[in-house]
Amino acid sequence: MSAAETTTTAKVPPPRQAPPPPPKDRRPRGQRTSGGALAPWLLLAPCLLILALVMGYPLARLVTLSFQKFGQSQLWGFQPAETVGFDNFAKVLGDGEFWAVVLRTIVFAAGAVVFTMVIGMALALLLQRVSGWLKMLINIVLVASWGMPVIVATTVFKWLFDSDYGVFNALLSKLPGVEMIGHNWFASGPEGLAVIMLLVIWGAVPFVVITLSAGLTQVPKELEEAARLDGAGSWGVFRFVTLPVLKPIIVMLTTLSVIWDMGVFPQVFVMRGGHPEPEFQVLNTYSYDRAFVVNDYAQGSAIALITVLLLLGVVAVYMRQMLKIGEVE
Amino acid sequence: MSTLAGTRRRRNPRLGWNLLGLLVFVVAGFPLYWMLNTAFKPAKDAIDPDPSLLPTGLTLDNFGRALDIADFWGPVGRSLVVSLAVVVIGMTVGLLAALAISRFAFRGRKIVIVGILAVQMVPLVAMIIPVFLLLNDLGQYDRLTGLIITYLTFILPFTVWTLRGFIVNIPRELEEAAMVDGCSRTGAFLRVVFPLLAPGMVATSVYGFIQAWNEYLYALMLLSQKNQTATVWLGNFTTKHGTEYAPMMAGATMMAVPIVALFLLVQRKMAAGLTAGAVKG
Repeated sequence: MSAAETTTTAKVPPPRQAPPPPPKDRRPRGQRTSGGALAPWLLLAPCLLILALVMGYPLARLVTLSFQKFGQSQLWGFQPAETVGFDNFAKVLGDGEFWAVVLRTIVFAAGAVVFTMVIGMALALLLQRVSGWLKMLINIVLVASWGMPVIVATTVFKWLFDSDYGVFNALLSKLPGVEMIGHNWFASGPEGLAVIMLLVIWGAVPFVVITLSAGLTQVPKELEEAARLDGAGSWGVFRFVTLPVLKPIIVMLTTLSVIWDMGVFPQVFVMRGGHPEPEFQVLNTYSYDRAFVVNDYAQGSAIALITVLLLLGVVAVYMRQMLKIGEVE
Repeated sequence: MSTLAGTRRRRNPRLGWNLLGLLVFVVAGFPLYWMLNTAFKPAKDAIDPDPSLLPTGLTLDNFGRALDIADFWGPVGRSLVVSLAVVVIGMTVGLLAALAISRFAFRGRKIVIVGILAVQMVPLVAMIIPVFLLLNDLGQYDRLTGLIITYLTFILPFTVWTLRGFIVNIPRELEEAAMVDGCSRTGAFLRVVFPLLAPGMVATSVYGFIQAWNEYLYALMLLSQKNQTATVWLGNFTTKHGTEYAPMMAGATMMAVPIVALFLLVQRKMAAGLTAGAVKG
C-alpha cells in the first residue's frame, strides 16, 4: 500500500498534514493485513464492547433480578440473593395499585401522543400557509423549546402553574366570572397530570412539526394538483395524497412518541418535588419508588420488565419502519 | 375586476393563517419568555398575584441569589467534564462502528444494525436498578467515570445511526476514484470522506453533548449530593427552594440559554451537513 501511495508523488505531502493522524490510521491498516472479513468487526469491537457491558449485562441482570428476592440486605451483601421464581410478578400483578398505575400510564401516554401528533400535524400544515418571516419566527421558537432541557421546562411549568403567583391562574382570572388565583392544580391527580401532559406535549410537538414539515416538502406538487383537478377538496387532498405520502414518517413519529410518553419520568418526579403522590404515579416512577424508596429492588425490576414487555409491540413496529427507511438509502 | 377579486381572495386567507400563526408563536414561546421575564425582574415583582406581562425592570439580583443558594459552578464543571468525555469517546467509537456498518458488507451486518436500533429502544428508566447495582459492585458509584460509561451507552446507538446516515450520503464512487488515483483505503477516507463528514460529525457531537448535559435521573441516582451535576442542581433547587421563584427562573435561564443556543446552531448545521453530503458529493 505504501508503494501505491508513493506512486502519486505529488500527493504525498498533504496526507501527512491531514488533521486526525495516527489512531484512525492504525486500525484500518491492521485490518488490511488480517483480511477483509475481520475489518468491520474490529471497527465495531469497541462499540459492541461498551454496549454489552453497560447495556447487555444490566438488561440480563434486570431479568434475573426480577426473579430474585433482593432488598437492602442483599444490596449490602449481608444475605445472598435467592431465586424466588415468579413471586415478584405474582405480587405485582396481584396488587390493585399496580393496575391503577398501568391504566393511568396508558391513558396519560395515549392522550399525550394523540394531542402531540394532531397538534404537530396541524402546525406543520399551518407553517406551509403562513408568510415567510412568520414561519421563521415560529421555527425559532419551536427549535428553542425543543432544545430546552426537560428539567428546565419542568421548572418553568411549575412556576407557570403555581397556585398563588403563577401567571396561568392570573391570566385565567382576567376572564369575566373566573376566579382562579390560589387554585392548586396539583391538589388532584387528574388535573395535575393534565398539566404534566401539557408540559410533555409542549416539549414533544416541535420535533413532530419539524420532521413533518420536512416530510411535507417531499409531497409531489403534481399529485396534489392532479387530485385537485379530479375534484378533491383540501380535505380530500390531505386525506388521499398528503397522508399516504407521509405515512412512514407518521408511523415512526407515533411509535417514538408512544415510547417516550410511556417513559415519562423527570417531569412527574420533579413536578411533585421528588415524591410523587400515589395518584401521580406512572409506571416508571412506580418502579423507581418500589426499588429506591421501599428498597425492594426485585419488585422494582419486575415492574420495569413488565413496562419493557408492554412496549415491545410498539418497538417492533418502529424498528421495522426504521429498517425500511435504512434500506431505501 | 376579476383580477382584483382574485388577489383579494388570495390575500385574505394568508392574513387568517398569519393571525393563527402569530397565536401559535405567542403560545409556544410563552414559557420561554416567562422564564426570561421572571429571571430578570425584581424579586418582589415576581410574587405579584396580578403580574405584569411586560418586563417591569432589569436586574441581575436573581442570578446572584441563585448562585448563593447552592454551589453552581461545581455542578456545571462536573456536567462539562462528563458531557465532553462522553462526546469524545462516543464519537471515536461511534465513527468506527458507523464506518463498519455503512462501508463494509459482511455477514451479520443486519443483525448488528438491528441490535443497535434495539438498544436505542430500551427504556432507560427501566435500566436504572441494574445499572445502579452494577456500578455499585464495580466501585463506580458516585464516580464521574461510572456516569460517563453509562451515558456512553445512551449516546452510542444514536451516534452510530446518525453518522451512518451521513456516511451513506457520501457517494462511494468518490472514495473509489481516490483509490484509483492511488490512495489507500485509509487515505481515501481521510482525504475524501472525512472532510465531507465533518459538518455531520460536528452536529452529531453537539447533539450528543446536549443529551448528556440534560440527563437527570442517572445523574441523580449515581452521584451523591456533593458530586451532583447541573441538572440535579436545578432539580434540587426546584424541589427545595421552590418558593424563591425569581432565583429559580434565573437558575433555569443559566441552564437553558447555552444549551438552547447550541441547539439552534446544530439544527442548521445538521440540515446543512445532510444536504452538503447529498448534493456536493
